[in-house]
Amino acid sequence: MTKFTPCKFWLGLCLLWMALSVPFGAFSLPEPMSPPRLVNDFAGLLDDVQRQTLEQKLENFDRETSTQIAVVTVTDLEGYAPADYAQRLHEKWGIGQKGKDNGILILVKSSTADSRGEAFISVGYGLEGVVPDITAGRILDVEMIPAFREGDIYAGVDRSVDVLMQLTRGEFTAEEYNGAQGPGAGALILFIVLLFMMLFFSSGRRSGGNDGHSGGGWIPPMIFRGGSGGGGSFGGFGGFGGGSSGGGGAGRSW
Amino acid sequence: MKRKGWIVLAVVVVVVVGVYSWMKGSYNEMVRLNEEVLAQSSQIENQYQRRADLIPNLVSTVKGYAEHEKSTLDQVTEARAQASQTRIDINDAEALAKFDRAQGELSSALSRLMAISESYPDLKANQNFRDLQTQLEGTENRISVERRKFNETARQFNTYIKMFPRNILSNLYGFEPVNYFEAQQGAETAPKVEF
Repeated sequence: MTKFTPCKFWLGLCLLWMALSVPFGAFSLPEPMSPPRLVNDFAGLLDDVQRQTLEQKLENFDRETSTQIAVVTVTDLEGYAPADYAQRLHEKWGIGQKGKDNGILILVKSSTADSRGEAFISVGYGLEGVVPDITAGRILDVEMIPAFREGDIYAGVDRSVDVLMQLTRGEFTAEEYNGAQGPGAGALILFIVLLFMMLFFSSGRRSGGNDGHSGGGWIPPMIFRGGSGGGGSFGGFGGFGGGSSGGGGAGRSW
Repeated sequence: MKRKGWIVLAVVVVVVVGVYSWMKGSYNEMVRLNEEVLAQSSQIENQYQRRADLIPNLVSTVKGYAEHEKSTLDQVTEARAQASQTRIDINDAEALAKFDRAQGELSSALSRLMAISESYPDLKANQNFRDLQTQLEGTENRISVERRKFNETARQFNTYIKMFPRNILSNLYGFEPVNYFEAQQGAETAPKVEF
């Protein structure tokens, strides 16, 4: 970003430059947080424990499967349509691995006094087969938006992440998920969510704040770290892999 | 004397080899970029085709709930038939404009169709319709993404072949600059600038 000087000439020049660069996109999109992480909570919708719990889960999943699920919250879409914003951000950050394009971006725009909240699940080229638009829409309808309406952003994102993980792992197919929204599937998902929450709550307590000290916790670190012995909270994520997206996915407002 | 001859020969060889490799490199790069442009244009066509494939299902679903909207439904079917007759030809500005016009008409017919669905609660609640709506939105998103990607690829190609002195070669080889896709209405809304 150019620094503004009091001089009017420079201000004018900056305005011109901005006006010129906006049509080519990617100007007003945020940069990924540093150090790189999968949960970029720009809007501050999650508390520290939630953020870390989610981050751990997503990092482990990335390490395990190389599929990158990123969660980004913002307060403003800078005038873009949600789909457009999500796709551009997905492409700019390169979520997923290059060539495999196995990235998913969960974009949440918080609802403000004068605008509705928006949620968009952007699916990389490589995952369009396992997470078709219909399924992304179904996840929003069933898992995410109902929780958001109750004001629980974390639960909505977390449940959606669980379903997305299972879909990309091939534990059930999109058709199975689309078809089975009866109480049976609900109970199963609830069970899995509870299980995850239990596991990661203990993990969250272990790592404490976000300063990443490796204290000797009361839960053996090997459950989460494969025996590597704790370490920084964000140490596990090496950055986005350059995946690209063709506009797949779905969005909803709430 | 003899030595001078050798020097001249060496210079000639160097120049010939240099020119040859420049021409070869440029030509191959032009071919590569041109292929990328063509591939990208067929991506656009694929997405439009995908949209066209959704329409019969969409029309029959809406028909079940909103029979009074026959004229809107007919307009969609008609616009689809028109649109499927046009093809993308990136070297022919007129054909491209025609393609865009036909697809644009289909877009507006479709958005009218989606607008009337607002007044049919049963239709809006129908899962099949909701799925089709999601798919349609996804396809529209993909169309605008592929169009944007096409323009980026096309700009690369055009810049490459127009640069001096390469433009001499591109004329020689018969590479012509390709046309861009116009920004779609609404799809490329200029983001607002805030401080």
